[in-house]
Amino acid sequence: MDEMNRLKREIDLDRRGFIRKVLSGAIGGSLLLVLPAGARLLAQQVAGADDEPELPVPEKHFAFVVNISNCIGCGACCMADKNEYQVPDGHFRTWVERYLIDDQDNVFVDSPNGGLDGFPAGRDDVTNPLRDTFFVPKLCNMCDNPSCVQVCPVGATFQSQDGFILIDEKRCVGCSYCVQACPYSVRFINPVKKTAEKCTWCYHRVRQDMLPVCVEACPSQARIFGDLGDKESEVYRLLHEPHVISVLKPDMGNKPSLHYLGLRREVT
Amino acid sequence: MIPVIADLAATAAGYVFPNDLQVHWSLMIVLYPYITGIVAGAFIVSSMYHVFRVENLKPLAGFSLLFALAFLTCATVPLLVHLGQPGRAMSMFLTPNPTSAMAGFGYFYMAYGLLLVLEIFFIYRPTLVARHQSSTGIKRLFYLALSMGSDNLSAEALRMDRKIIKFLAVIGIPMACALHGYVGFIFGGVKANPLWATPLMPVIFLLSACVSGIAGIIIAYVILMKISRREIDRGCMRTSVKFLAGFFVLNFTFEMLEVFTHGYMATSHWETLHSLLWGPLYNSYWIWQVLVLSVIPLLLMGILHLAKKRYSLVNVLAPVSALMVLLQVLFMRWNVVIGGQLMSKSGRGSVFYQPEWLEREGILLAVVIMVIPIFVLYLLGKIFPFWQDDHPSTIRGIVP
Repeated sequence: MDEMNRLKREIDLDRRGFIRKVLSGAIGGSLLLVLPAGARLLAQQVAGADDEPELPVPEKHFAFVVNISNCIGCGACCMADKNEYQVPDGHFRTWVERYLIDDQDNVFVDSPNGGLDGFPAGRDDVTNPLRDTFFVPKLCNMCDNPSCVQVCPVGATFQSQDGFILIDEKRCVGCSYCVQACPYSVRFINPVKKTAEKCTWCYHRVRQDMLPVCVEACPSQARIFGDLGDKESEVYRLLHEPHVISVLKPDMGNKPSLHYLGLRREVT
Repeated sequence: MIPVIADLAATAAGYVFPNDLQVHWSLMIVLYPYITGIVAGAFIVSSMYHVFRVENLKPLAGFSLLFALAFLTCATVPLLVHLGQPGRAMSMFLTPNPTSAMAGFGYFYMAYGLLLVLEIFFIYRPTLVARHQSSTGIKRLFYLALSMGSDNLSAEALRMDRKIIKFLAVIGIPMACALHGYVGFIFGGVKANPLWATPLMPVIFLLSACVSGIAGIIIAYVILMKISRREIDRGCMRTSVKFLAGFFVLNFTFEMLEVFTHGYMATSHWETLHSLLWGPLYNSYWIWQVLVLSVIPLLLMGILHLAKKRYSLVNVLAPVSALMVLLQVLFMRWNVVIGGQLMSKSGRGSVFYQPEWLEREGILLAVVIMVIPIFVLYLLGKIFPFWQDDHPSTIRGIVP
């Protein structure tokens, strides 16, 4: 009997030891799994510390041209953009301006609701005969020398290798410095996400050989998008043949990649 | 919090870019350079005594550092309130973008805070040692930590302290200048904004910082003397007003020079600036900042300077003109920060901004943030005596 009790105790002891070993192994093992995960999170926070394999950058060199003479101010582009990105009311990734210039060189500009509803009403404050009227669609200028990237304190706004200016909304602190720095006022703070937002030329679409939604929605070919590497493309033709073509606020030194065909000097 | 855009559009004049209808940098960003400026300016007062040996300012040498520290503790509060993602504020330290004029503030701020605390510890060491020796329990430990673990008050140790204090005060001057010149550059470096983009901006910010710091200290000094029924040190008062006037003349000159040069050169930006200064900013700029709060205090300080013998006049006019220029600097911050955002980058229109009392970045919170430093100062006063006469060590004749 005594012998049996002794054996039983020994087994108990061993069982405890066994359980202890299993438990410590499990805890240790999961720690081994968890610790590198933490290190990985940290690496994602510290710029350059994460050694993810670099994704191949397609050799396409995208360009965006706005043909002012073709724009009819219908607002289809703005509507498509608002739907694509669920842009909150009162904020605009793209908008359309209406310019009226009278024979006394007075310039009248407006953009009711960013041109979302088109321009159903005329202006009743213009009395002189008009000498020029046109619409100007506005969107991100994708500058070569972007002020927003320069001022972002945390590098949330960055220039991708293929020249797109994008925002990492998981990193953005919402300080609005980029909003102040952009000469073209294409940025805003999304009231829901509390981070900066702007037009991306539909990066997620164009990387899958689709057109930006605004280009697709435009009924009059006022917005032209394509690959400059493709010599057959319309953007290549427009930018490599003699045309009256310019950029907005060239004296800012931002070197926009967004080009305007038929841009008038009155446009800011 | 989200303003009704239609209301904003209704108050806008001319053509405003749709994304410019909202003023992004609110009242909080007006307070941020205001508080930082007071910090930098107050430090300069202390350095006047410790570095340049302006003996008349001796009564303020310790107090001005405590004053600076009290405001420093609150300098980042308006920033955190303003940030859309305050939880990510530390990213500015951890993953700063080196080309951003904003990313360095945290480093400047921390370095400056450290310097300020160290200098206070060394200046008050004899007092802290005395308090350590006369107290018990947790208090004793607390004072031991503040006196940095040393109770050595030998002549040699105090000589060493003085050397360290002078060293800290010397490097503190360029640091104070860097801190606030830098804050000015955050605005001065924004090329898209014609009101901000001027190399004079850091200079004006720096000079106005000195003005607000000295003015704040004069007001606090007079009030504290009245409360504790002590006599105001006449020499100290006269000298600080002299410095106030000197910095203010420079500050006002540069402010006017900036507008005058813009107007004289009349580049394409002037049209926008003109419509701003004679439009939505007319009252807050010309009437308040320039006429009421600059010209009048300049006249008052001129009278003070000419009527040398009238001490009673000094005790009244000095705090009054100090209060006026302290408000002048607040108006200046408002006119720069808010004013710059009232003009649309379309160059063809302007918006209207009126902070609400109860919104997240509203007036009530602004008042609270400006009152907190006064409480902090009160608490600091419990540990560090404001005035030399209150140092326990003075009695023993070992004040540095």
